[in-house]
This record gives sequence, structure tokens and C-alpha cells, in this order.
Amino acid sequence: MRQHAVGMPAIEVHNLNKQYDSIAAVSDLSFAVPSGSVCGLLGGNGAGKTTTLSLLLGLLTPSSGDIRILGEDMLAHRYRVLGRMNFSSPYVDLPQRLTVAENLSVYAHLYGVHGVRARIAELAEALHITAYLRRAYGTLSAGQRTRVALAKALLNAPEVLLLDEPTASLDPDSADRIRSYLMEYQRESGATILLASHNMPEVERICDDVLMLRQGRLVDRGTPAALLERYGRATLEAVFLDIARYSEGVE
Amino acid sequence: MITNAENYFSLRRVGAMVLRYLYLLRHSGPRVLELFYWPAVQMVLWGFITQFFVTNSSWLAQASGVLLAAVLLWDVLFRSQLGVSLGFFEEMYSRNLGHLFVSPLRPYELICALLAISFLRTLIGVGAAALLAIQFYDFSIFSLGLSLLGFFANLLVMGWAIGLMVAALVLRYGLGAESLAWVAIFALAPVSGIYYPIAVLPTWLQPIAWALPSSHVFEGMRAVLVEQRVLNEHLLAAIGLNLIYIAAGSALFLYAFKVARRHGTLLHIGE
Repeated sequence: MRQHAVGMPAIEVHNLNKQYDSIAAVSDLSFAVPSGSVCGLLGGNGAGKTTTLSLLLGLLTPSSGDIRILGEDMLAHRYRVLGRMNFSSPYVDLPQRLTVAENLSVYAHLYGVHGVRARIAELAEALHITAYLRRAYGTLSAGQRTRVALAKALLNAPEVLLLDEPTASLDPDSADRIRSYLMEYQRESGATILLASHNMPEVERICDDVLMLRQGRLVDRGTPAALLERYGRATLEAVFLDIARYSEGVE
Repeated sequence: MITNAENYFSLRRVGAMVLRYLYLLRHSGPRVLELFYWPAVQMVLWGFITQFFVTNSSWLAQASGVLLAAVLLWDVLFRSQLGVSLGFFEEMYSRNLGHLFVSPLRPYELICALLAISFLRTLIGVGAAALLAIQFYDFSIFSLGLSLLGFFANLLVMGWAIGLMVAALVLRYGLGAESLAWVAIFALAPVSGIYYPIAVLPTWLQPIAWALPSSHVFEGMRAVLVEQRVLNEHLLAAIGLNLIYIAAGSALFLYAFKVARRHGTLLHIGE
């Protein structure tokens, strides 16, 4: 794996805007995520989390602004970096009729993974999906699909991993195992992870830094501990509610 | 762990997508059956009609294979268009576009994969029907000789172009436009001169017919079967028109992809 210099921003966003007619999905968003860190993207429904992830991935073109990932300009040269990043979301599926192994095999080839079978077996064991490898993806439960999607996202050992609600639909035990695996992966690989989540305890546990979004704008950011101290709250959920309701009051 | 993803074109990535469509065929009996079903049914139906006409029409008696050849070649056009459109729809049905386009896969590599799988599907479906025609009606499409290669290639490319245009419209307007895949090609059938010469059409419609590669192919096919003449001018016209058609189909698809990135539909489009 090529490593981006630790401490340098792996993700840099400057004055990012996405406008749909009169609706601003993302407004003047600027932030940087240091290489090798885990950053949480928090916000209520419609806050712009998924739009921000889509912009970072190049699935969506911004109305204005700049995005650099691993030092590359994503608007001009996204193909230089797409092979070094990956993504998982419960809102994007894999082909239903293909088995889990076939799906992972197709994506492994798309990402140019060497030793496809060994890599799939390794991830399947780590994410407890070995028993499902020969089953059609469409026959899996929501929780099983989430784990398969995560396996797909880790196939190329990404340096930047973007996760949209990575533990959605998982029972507490499975969610805990996934969080532990992600933390272990991040520690061992030095990858940068940006995750959008509604799960505040999860964000508190694994994130070094948190970005709070509301109506497409960055309204606050800091480490979980700094946010708790700044708002005088015991949990990140209380901080989240303070920010959301304060913003509503101001409006 | 990974190979260089910065290559502008990668046969490995195209191969990965072809593999994806082959996996799908392997798991879906109805999809495989569909490959053979319509070409075979058409062949049987027109085979009987031909047998009837041969004894009642002096023109057909001179060239008894003309209807069967037309049926087979028309299916090349239809199958190749469907192969591209349906391949693309599979990605939309499975809401998989979001994963595909955050991978290093380029849109034009997806196009290449769709064309490759369309070629395979067409070859399997029409090939089986061609063998049926030999077995049951003693007619071999291979009697067209080398011209058959030209006819097949031109209809294949025209089908690809229309398939890409349909995929572009569905990418732009969503699966509501899906039915275009089944009906678009039939709008061209009356002016393609599949079963009759272009001269039969009203004068004002003939320039439109000559703007279609398919008209040149079917006119050329009749010349070979009825007059035993190879009309190179028709073949060249079909090739020239197809260059324009495939360029237009590819450009429209790539433009629709660009618009989809602007509107955010790649992540949300699906059933």
C-alpha cells in the first residue's frame, strides 16, 4: 500500500458547495482530515452527510469548491486515487443474484487486487461471512449484507475509507465486532476513515475528530472529548441535540 | 496489494464486468432461456410462413431463404440492442451503480463490457436459431457467404448504438424509460426494409430509410439471395453510417453519465 504522509491531510475540502436549483445541499464546506485519523460526520437527516460523501467519491460533481484526496485533485484526476480508496453504504446494493464470493471477486478484479481468493477468504473470516460466500447476496439479511458491503470496501486495503452508517442494521454484538475490526484495520494499515453515522456511542468510541453538519453547513468540529467539554454534556448525543436545537432556535 | 488503477483503459476491468454478466447468466435460467426463446420462436413461425409462400409466390420460390434470412438478421439487430440495454439495466435494478463508479472503472470500460456481453448473447441466441433453420427448413444463413460477416457486424454495431442511446435515456430519466428497450428498435422496423425493398416505401420516407444502416444491410441481403450479387455500395454505406451511430450512442451515454453525476442520480437510481 502506498502511504500518504502521516499528519498530512488525507482529505482536504475547500469552500465546497452543492446546489440543486434553489436548494443548497452543501454550503461553503471546508475541512481537512489528517492522514491516519478516524473522523466522524454527524448531522440529522438532510444535513448533507451523504451528499458530502458522494462529492468526495466523485459520484456527484460540486457546484463549486475544491476536493483533494491523498493530495490529488478529485475534480480533475479522481481516477488517480479511486483505486486507493473505497466506500460502503447500506443505501447502495450489490447484484442480488450473484453469490457473495462472485460479487467480491468482480470487485477485487475491478480494483486490481492480487491474490483474489486469498484476500476474499481473509476478509470473509475477519468479518464472519465465510458461511455466506456461496449464498446469493439477495438472500442475506440486512446485517449480513452490511458485513459483505464492508468486505467489498476493504478488498483493496484502502488508504481512505468512506463509510456511510457502517453498523446500520447490525445487532449490538455484530456492530461491536465490526467496530473492533475497523479500529484494528485502521491501526494496522494507517488508513484514514471518514464515517457518517447516527450512532453517537460509535462515533465517541472510534473517532479522533467529529464534524457536525446542519443544513449542509459545518456548525462545529472537535474531538469527542473537546465537544463534550465545550457543551458541558456527558454524551455526544446530548451535544448533537444541543447543536440541532440551538440551530432551530436561531432560525 | 493492488495494481495500478491509473491506466486509462484496462482490459482487466472490462473483463471483471464481463465476468459479472456471465455470473448473472449462470444463476438465471429464465435469462438463458430468453436468449434462445424468441429467435427460435420467430424462426419456427417464419419457417412455416416461408414454406407456404414458396408454393404460392413465384418471387419467393426463386429465393426461398429470403424471409428466414431476414428474420435471423433482424434478430441480430434486436438482440444486440437488448444485450446492451438489459446489461445496463441490471446495474440499475440492483442499485449497484454507486459501487461501480467509486471503483476505478471508467464509463467507457463499462460500455466495452456491455458491448462484449451483447456480442456473446447475440451469437448464442441467433446462432441457435440459425442451426434450427438448417435442421428444420433446410436453409443455411451461411449461404450468404462472406457477406454474412458484413451484415452481422453492421447490424450488431447498429444494435449497440441504439442500446447505448436507450441506456443513456434511462440513466437520464430513470427506469420509467425502461420500456424503450423493448419498443425503440421496432420503430425502425417499418423503414428498415426487413421483408420488402425500400422502393416499396413512399418517396418521402425513403431518405429516412437510407439513413439507417439496417436498410442497407437488408437491401444487400436481398441482392445476394435473389440476384446473387454482392452490392458493396450498401455495405460501405452501412459501415459509414454505423461509425456515426456508434459515436453518437457512446457520446450520448457518456453525456448522460456526466449529467447523472451533476444530479446525483448514480447513488439513488434503482427500482
